[in-house]
Amino acid sequence: MKQQERTFPLGTTILGALVILGLVPMIIRYTRGLGAISNLSDGRPWGFWISFDLYSGVALAAGGFTLAGWVYLFNREKYHAVARPAVLTAFLGYTLVILALLVDLGQPWYIWHAMVYWNIHSPLFEVAICVMTYTLVLALEFSPAVFERLNWRLPLRIIRSIQIPLVIFGVVLSTLHQSSLGSMLLMMPETLHPLWYTPILPLLFLISAIAVGPAMVVFESTLSTKVFGHKLSLDILGGLARGIPWVLGLYLLLKLVDLTARGNIGLVFTAYPQNLLWWGEIAIGAILPIILLSFPGIRQSRSGIFWSATLIVAGLVFNRFNVSMLALAMRPGFTYFPHWMEVAISVGLVADATLVIWLAYRLLPIASHEDAKSPQETRLPDAAQPPPEALVPEVAKLIQGTNL
Amino acid sequence: MTISRKEFLKLSGLGVGAAVALSLLPGRLARAAGGELLAQGAPANARAVLYDGTICIGCRSCERACKQVNGLPPDEAHPETLTAYTFTRIRTARPEGGRPVYVKLQCMHCVHPACAEACIVGALKKTPEGPVTYDSGKCIGCRYCMVACPFGVPNFQWDNTLPWVAKCTFCTDLQAKGLEPACVAACPVHALKFGAREELLAAAKQRIAAEPARYVDHIYGESEVGGTSWVYLSAVPFEELGFKPHMTQPVTINAARAMGLVPPALIGVAATMTGIYWLTKGEKSSKHAKDAGEKEEGGETK
Repeated sequence: MKQQERTFPLGTTILGALVILGLVPMIIRYTRGLGAISNLSDGRPWGFWISFDLYSGVALAAGGFTLAGWVYLFNREKYHAVARPAVLTAFLGYTLVILALLVDLGQPWYIWHAMVYWNIHSPLFEVAICVMTYTLVLALEFSPAVFERLNWRLPLRIIRSIQIPLVIFGVVLSTLHQSSLGSMLLMMPETLHPLWYTPILPLLFLISAIAVGPAMVVFESTLSTKVFGHKLSLDILGGLARGIPWVLGLYLLLKLVDLTARGNIGLVFTAYPQNLLWWGEIAIGAILPIILLSFPGIRQSRSGIFWSATLIVAGLVFNRFNVSMLALAMRPGFTYFPHWMEVAISVGLVADATLVIWLAYRLLPIASHEDAKSPQETRLPDAAQPPPEALVPEVAKLIQGTNL
Repeated sequence: MTISRKEFLKLSGLGVGAAVALSLLPGRLARAAGGELLAQGAPANARAVLYDGTICIGCRSCERACKQVNGLPPDEAHPETLTAYTFTRIRTARPEGGRPVYVKLQCMHCVHPACAEACIVGALKKTPEGPVTYDSGKCIGCRYCMVACPFGVPNFQWDNTLPWVAKCTFCTDLQAKGLEPACVAACPVHALKFGAREELLAAAKQRIAAEPARYVDHIYGESEVGGTSWVYLSAVPFEELGFKPHMTQPVTINAARAMGLVPPALIGVAATMTGIYWLTKGEKSSKHAKDAGEKEEGGETK
């Protein structure tokens, strides 16, 4: 093995195994029905896929619109290096959401019905339309990486010319569907626990998405640093680490003011066992990261920033599970715990995305993009990159190298 | 176009002020959207059913008639809940260990159905005649209706590779022919009365007034979640029948308000983002000009 080649921490072999492990339940799902591979029931029609793949997945992909907006609309050139990886992660995240829905939906072959039959009163309809459109926007926002690699100048020029309207459109779409995921839960005032149910839930969803987007960018780029060695400058990481606590602080403030205004602040102490879930999500996702990131020593250390970001991501996932599963009583008298096959499918999809990210970093100018100074420059591929015609043999070499 | 830092701050201040002022607007728009929802009442002659729990003897003729009319398979056991293959069910309640009391369960065909509001593709619809209908031609099986329904009515065919949502249809086919729903026609003791909602509510009030000792003084479904088409009279408190109390507003009220905010949010965010890009672009190009100027003077800039 050459010295420069790095092995992926878990090994592409393990990722491949996880992909296959996820495929088997998927096949059973299509041949035997949803009941055969899940613990879902009439009393618990939504479970792990909705909480993890839809609710958590969409929020964690918020790095796409937050970073693209920050770099291209707020013109913060300093963060240019993270914009492209953020868009890639977001694009794959949204693709995962759609793939998971193809398993969870009762009739996934009719998913196109949402484009033809519209119920404009439904928050989930709005989420569906925005997610479909936004995935397309993300693909277009990411396409320069592919066009640069293939040296297709005309498509590159076209995309660059519409880049700003595209980013604005992406921010608008994201604002709408990130908040509408919260609006969906407004439909359940009697079954969502009062510690979470509030008319401002859509706003809380949007703010928490804005906080976790950059945190997920930190998380993902730290992991890819370990694999590919392209280090993000501490300046950039530190900048993200400085800004996120303010958003978290606003989120926490709104939550507390809202609970107090509705006279429910006492539930934080009395509503057992849901208050434990509430404290868990607040402590892990907001209080602890705010405290940690207030120390300059932590803000200036890579591991300090990484672990703070991990806490924020974990807290966000905890919150999304709380509002869509753990604190949503749906129909009393029914219990639910995910079937291992439900989890296997989701893990398989995440392994799919990880493999695609790995391939993308190997074949496309993503990390090397940090050398570009401005989005208007048409950048030729790095001299170190093989020419576009060599793409096929290069993929073949990669596959050989994995010993799959 | 260049813009000095001072001008930038001034404009930002103006922007913040405008945002604060505009933030009052969403509240008014939201309340307007909610008001629209509440203003839609039930049409005067919408069909409804009055179920008198003091008359019902629990014979389950209604269950059998429903199964027959809809071509549903028989139950192996007698579960206490509705299923995708059982659209109506007689539940046996034993309040305080006393005599059994029966109550009929089925879709409530709400005046403001949460399922119809939730359904992405509009497969569930509230018809002016009263029934909330389900169109399997549109359904994609997302099951949001099941999560949204405050009565936990719609159910799903978990064992089917082509699964549908299923619930009581209010026998729209029979109603279209001028007939009563199958369960109403089958009841041997006439515990079920089919008619216009307003008339049935009046009749229910008359029954309570005529025999106050016989009934709990409440018509369940008159105002629960904004009113339902199936209204109930009972001898025992409804909680003991497993009928939990509900808010009087439709459960969809806050979601309707939130959706009312979507168009202004769309315009507002698009305008704000465009404005921010325009403002900060000016600052960026003036910074570039400054850097270029410094470089020309010789000596490296950091």
